[in-house]
Amino acid sequence: MSEMKKIKNLKEFSTSADRFEGANLLCPGCAHSIIVREVLNATNDDLVLSASTGCLEVCTAVYPYTSWDASWIHIGFENGSTAVAGAEAMYKALKNKGRLKQPDRNPKFVSFAGDGASYDIGFQWISGCMERGHNMMHVVLDNEVYANTGGQRSSSTPIGSSTTTAPAGRVSYGEKKNKKDMVSIMASHHIPYSAQVSPNKWKDMVKKIQHGFSVDGPVFINAVSPCTTEWKFDPKDTMLLADLSTDSLVFPLYEIIDGRELNITYRPKNVVPVEEYLAAQGRFKHLFKDEYKHLIKEWQDRVDDNWSYLQRREEARV
Amino acid sequence: MAFDKMELKDIEVWDGNFAAAQALRQCQIDVVAAYPITPSTPIVEGYAKFLADNYVEGEFVMVESEHAAMSGCIGAAAAGGRVATATSSQGFALMVETLYQASGMRLPIVLNVVNRALAAPLNVNGDHSDMYLGRDSGWIQFDAYCPQNAYDLNFIAFRVSEDHGIRLPAMVHQDGFMTSHTAQGVHTISDDDAYNFVGDFKPMNDMLDFEHPVTHGVQTEEDWHFEHKARQHNDLMTKVFPKIEEVFTDFEKLTGRKYNIVEKYDTEDADVAVVCMGTSVETAREVATEMRAKGIKAGVVGIRVIRPFPFMQIAEALKDIKAIATLDRSAPGGTVGMLFNEMAGCMFNLEKRPMLCGKIYGLGGRDLTKAHLVELFTELQANVDAGKITTPLQQFIGVRGPKLSYL
Ligand SMILES: Cc1ncc(C[n+]2csc(CCOP(=O)(O)OP(=O)(O)O)c2C)c(N)n1
Ligand code: SF4
Repeated sequence: MSEMKKIKNLKEFSTSADRFEGANLLCPGCAHSIIVREVLNATNDDLVLSASTGCLEVCTAVYPYTSWDASWIHIGFENGSTAVAGAEAMYKALKNKGRLKQPDRNPKFVSFAGDGASYDIGFQWISGCMERGHNMMHVVLDNEVYANTGGQRSSSTPIGSSTTTAPAGRVSYGEKKNKKDMVSIMASHHIPYSAQVSPNKWKDMVKKIQHGFSVDGPVFINAVSPCTTEWKFDPKDTMLLADLSTDSLVFPLYEIIDGRELNITYRPKNVVPVEEYLAAQGRFKHLFKDEYKHLIKEWQDRVDDNWSYLQRREEARV
Repeated sequence: MAFDKMELKDIEVWDGNFAAAQALRQCQIDVVAAYPITPSTPIVEGYAKFLADNYVEGEFVMVESEHAAMSGCIGAAAAGGRVATATSSQGFALMVETLYQASGMRLPIVLNVVNRALAAPLNVNGDHSDMYLGRDSGWIQFDAYCPQNAYDLNFIAFRVSEDHGIRLPAMVHQDGFMTSHTAQGVHTISDDDAYNFVGDFKPMNDMLDFEHPVTHGVQTEEDWHFEHKARQHNDLMTKVFPKIEEVFTDFEKLTGRKYNIVEKYDTEDADVAVVCMGTSVETAREVATEMRAKGIKAGVVGIRVIRPFPFMQIAEALKDIKAIATLDRSAPGGTVGMLFNEMAGCMFNLEKRPMLCGKIYGLGGRDLTKAHLVELFTELQANVDAGKITTPLQQFIGVRGPKLSYL
């Protein structure tokens, strides 16, 4: 087993082991790159990475350039997880046969994918990888929308959000469905570890990623990824949005061990009203019209209800 | 734990599926990612059993779909090892997106395609409808006519596909049930000879070489996409045939079995000929011999390599023939059959252009009988005698009801 990387402070963390270069085509203020760096910086081990088609992929590997200083593959929109699973199977095969070029290395296998690539089209592939028990981590860059194709709804898009395929209009408040609960679904595969993380809570994130790397078997990580373009906020405010999402409990931080034991890993000292979170983003602007104000109350109720459910599950230790 | 060698008799009675499975075992595949579908399933079942019995060492990943099977194969191949799988019909259709991804990334993978009809209506029997879905996907495609070919062509496919100058995935086709489930005598190669023939896998740009990280599957726009595709196409058209010829020669040295890109049978002095693939080649050869006894100078051209398509070799084989029929085992869906189309392309610039008509046969496993072929050769001779095509250009062979024909 390799040594777990020791991380002292944010400055050291943010500048160490840059295997994902700052030079890429993501929008200024895009949280995808921050999350990727945080995941990669959590380990010194060798990496085998994939990205599914989406913002991260199209912005970081445009021939003849690459932002990745680690083994990396993109196949298609839905199958990044299975690409990594295939590579992991090959690693096992070659290790057993004594054919690895660097047999003493202990690589980590990670697939990155957007919420569309994970919650929707890639769902089956990820489920297959989790069920089969590959030693890999799937990280969702959850910006709650198909950003790369210009802002269509996904099954992660929250209710009331205006998207290009579920637009707010004279008689519509936009998306009508609640966000899919992927962490629970993935935990139900009885995988050793699943968790929600946020780029602003970097210590929590590093702890979870390192825990994920230390277990044997599949790991599912859902990372909130504020998207300046589709959420419609000022690029300088990415971390503010991440703060608002965790502190309003819209995006609670917790982990599920072995598909059962749930631990809440962050409890905001001052819980921010959901309204503040919604008000900070253009995609919810229409909810502040008189006729839709009840939706804001419904939002708050839903978030409260979910938080109390998570707490009850944590207490019950089941 | 090292795997055990298997003692094979010089001739074993194998069906096409088991012959292919044995070839995969002897090539010592590192990773198989697979999903079952009739009639190809026994190939990967065979591999699983060999693994369970320690006759092979590797990883078998039983995935949740054919799309995932090829996705896993792509990831495994990019990681740097020998990779294979098998499929048919709907499974092949589900794989099509990934076929382009595998070839575009220049990854050596061998896919055994046991040909079967495409739904609807649902049908599990052999025809070539599935084969055509992938024929422009940038894979090398070999065609087996019998279990012996299904065995031999797998070794050949690995040698060609994994060559560093080629680096393109390859398919080995065989006819569903007619080859895959029909047992015949198969001349074997010993485990050592077989493995030595394909050789150790030599990785290139492998993701598990951590001293040299690589980026696979990049984005290219109009500034580079064309160059990549043109290079890939050019390599297919110019490098693959010489390599195949070389490997065929080596294979003949090892086994005495001679393969050709285009399998000519009595074409040298023929007046009439059929061009076909799969099991129909052997039937057509038999009938051609019988036709010669009746005074009709008949020949047969079997396509051994479907992609790249051997335009030149076929034109050369058929240039002096007067009337030709192509046998297409697929419903062309609104056009002429694939072989008809390609043959027309081969011969358009010939000085003496043969007459050409297209026949559709055997859909959904319908038999092509010797009587059908006797009728066909007779019809071709009638065309020669009349100096023109006397029947419709495109016809169905052996379909019930009123004669259906077009053009
Ligand atoms: C099979 C297939 N269908 C559709 C697409 C088009 N497509 C590419 S990226 C994308 C959306 C990506 O959204 P998401 O996964 O959420 O990632 P993001 O861009 O938001 O980071 C879509 C629809 C595709 N590439 N492949
Ligand atoms: S559209 Fe959103 S997710 Fe995509 S690069 Fe821009 S900020 Fe990032």
